[in-house]
Amino acid sequence: MQPFRKHTGKVVPLDKVNVDTDQIIPKQFLKRIERTGFGEFLFYDWRFSGDGKNISDFVLHMPRYQNASILVAGKNFGCGSSREHAVWALMDFGFRVVIASSFADIFANNSLKNGLLTVRLGDEQIGEITRRAKEIDDYRLAIDLETLRVEDDRGFAATFTMDEFSRHCLLNGLDDIGLTLQHEAEIAAYEAQHPAGAEMRLIARIL
Amino acid sequence: MGETGHMLPRTLFEKLWDAHVVAAPEGQSALLYIDLHLVHEVTSPQAFDGLRANGRPVRQPLRTVATVDHNIPTTPRGLPITDPIAAKQIEALQKNCREFGVPLFDMDSAEQGIVHVIGPELGITLPGMTIVCGDSHTSTHGAFGSLAFGIGTSEVEHVLATQCLPQKKPKTMQIHVTGELAEGVTAKDLALGIIGRIGTDGATGFVIEYAGDPVRALSMEGRMTLCNMSIEAGARAGLIEPDETTFAYVSGRRFAPKGKDWEAAVGYWRTLAGDPGAQFDRVIEIDAAMLAPFVTWGTNPGMVVPVSARVPELNTFAQESDRRAAEQALAYMGLDPGTPIESIAVDRVFIGSCTNSRIEDLRAAARVAKGQHVNPKVRAMVVPGSQTIKREAEQEGLHRIFLDAGFEWRESGCSMCLGMNPDILQPGERCASTSNRNFEGRQGRGGRTHLVSPMMAAAAAIAGHFTDIRNWRFQ
Ligand code: SF4
Repeated sequence: MQPFRKHTGKVVPLDKVNVDTDQIIPKQFLKRIERTGFGEFLFYDWRFSGDGKNISDFVLHMPRYQNASILVAGKNFGCGSSREHAVWALMDFGFRVVIASSFADIFANNSLKNGLLTVRLGDEQIGEITRRAKEIDDYRLAIDLETLRVEDDRGFAATFTMDEFSRHCLLNGLDDIGLTLQHEAEIAAYEAQHPAGAEMRLIARIL
Repeated sequence: MGETGHMLPRTLFEKLWDAHVVAAPEGQSALLYIDLHLVHEVTSPQAFDGLRANGRPVRQPLRTVATVDHNIPTTPRGLPITDPIAAKQIEALQKNCREFGVPLFDMDSAEQGIVHVIGPELGITLPGMTIVCGDSHTSTHGAFGSLAFGIGTSEVEHVLATQCLPQKKPKTMQIHVTGELAEGVTAKDLALGIIGRIGTDGATGFVIEYAGDPVRALSMEGRMTLCNMSIEAGARAGLIEPDETTFAYVSGRRFAPKGKDWEAAVGYWRTLAGDPGAQFDRVIEIDAAMLAPFVTWGTNPGMVVPVSARVPELNTFAQESDRRAAEQALAYMGLDPGTPIESIAVDRVFIGSCTNSRIEDLRAAARVAKGQHVNPKVRAMVVPGSQTIKREAEQEGLHRIFLDAGFEWRESGCSMCLGMNPDILQPGERCASTSNRNFEGRQGRGGRTHLVSPMMAAAAAIAGHFTDIRNWRFQ
């Protein structure tokens, strides 16, 4: 996983609530068996018309927001399907941070596993960032995971929270499968007490 | 586990959690043991690649079961898969299962079906388990009193490699339903009513436990429908305490414990019910008398009204962001505020998905369709959740009722629930669907989905527009 410490980048405001993962990456693009190459399909139905032409007034197409790396949206971002492809698509497109007033659980977990930072701020702060990103050209934010601060160079500053362990993993880019395997003795002891039932052996025999 | 921890009365969730904690390292998430890992073709290929890249085996192939469901065609089996990328994904799963020794209910299996349908119906899903799957509707299995939740592909790899998952402990919410579900008001309507009330993020960070007489009175099929939709309220999982209804359903299923094992299992399952006085972080009361057959009007499952109502006026939304979301949703759905729901005509009807494709759902829809004809302007399809259900329905003659009425009767799979296979809506087409998501484009780009119960879907197919099932003349 990519470690995350600090990031400064251009902000693009999506200005929508309940952005679901079907929107982030529509199902017709889930058939690839790799983790890469999903960026071109990000927000596909919002970016492209039925005949594949650019929908030019969609924010990601606006010249002023090109090369943005910080996405800002309203509450419940990433709701719906568990598809991790949504995170892969955002990162492949160039995003390192999503700021929203709340995130769906599975999306937040998936982001953590890939080094995409999800920052929760209050509705008012989201509103303020959205306003600035719309009004100010090349509006940038600096996000620091060590100090848990978000700020611009025009007087906006906010702090966010994140549980200590998630932060530790992100800061160090830890492979958490490796961390779990450090508990081999405990897992083996648990398994010795809770063997898979006879019915599972039956399935394995039949199939 | 400290002695004192057990002195406190515990909820079902807390008992399930405590029974599966493998380690609770200081300052980290608890490590939870996973009893059953269900795998399907769409969210697993990258996970198996990860294992290969790190030279890791599947730790417990005996606790892993795979099937193909999401992108397979529902045309007769044996026909080639026309989409080459879908075919490649299915082949990848077949190859991965062979290589890692994971049992697979394949395309040609007599038990193939939607992952959340076959687990329960084969007796693989049991009370008291922890169950995960790379699919958000894993919450379905909570109907059995097992802690079941959806995970992403990195977590799929984690479970394949370690049979464990680090998990932050969620909060608990009890949804306590009182009264009685009226005739024509189903588990689906209860689910939609709850989401309409608390919103699509109303249970984010929580595990929901459904309680109260109307919940107890539900069949296992109904309970699965209810728990299935928990994720649409943002919940990590949905649970119902196992009881005699649960045991009767599981008993005798193909892979359920037998003989002495069964006795021992039921003995344990009886201890899972919440202790008297156990506390929830949040309790929500729902009066069943306030429920009706529901129809969604917008682009998330919380945008829902009774069939007898109208599409809401925009000035009824208190928050500006909600008002704007409603406005965008109505534009997408091609609807005006104030339109009576019953006046909305449909082009397509889909009866299927892990929410409503079980035998009881098909029986309910068939009761409505019996002796009737699908409106000539409507194309309607019935997609059983599994091959087992398909056979059972055919033995009962349900397929004849559907076919005689002009419904298509198809092979099992996810089908038009997410339209990864060729079953999709065309732009602008309006569909009454028994599935669980009415997101933009979910059933096909530009497609307009209205979520309803199986009876309401069948009635819409025949009437050509939404119609109140409570006034239906059954033949
Ligand atoms: S039927 Fe729909 S919701 Fe259920 S597993 Fe399949 S795609 Fe997911």
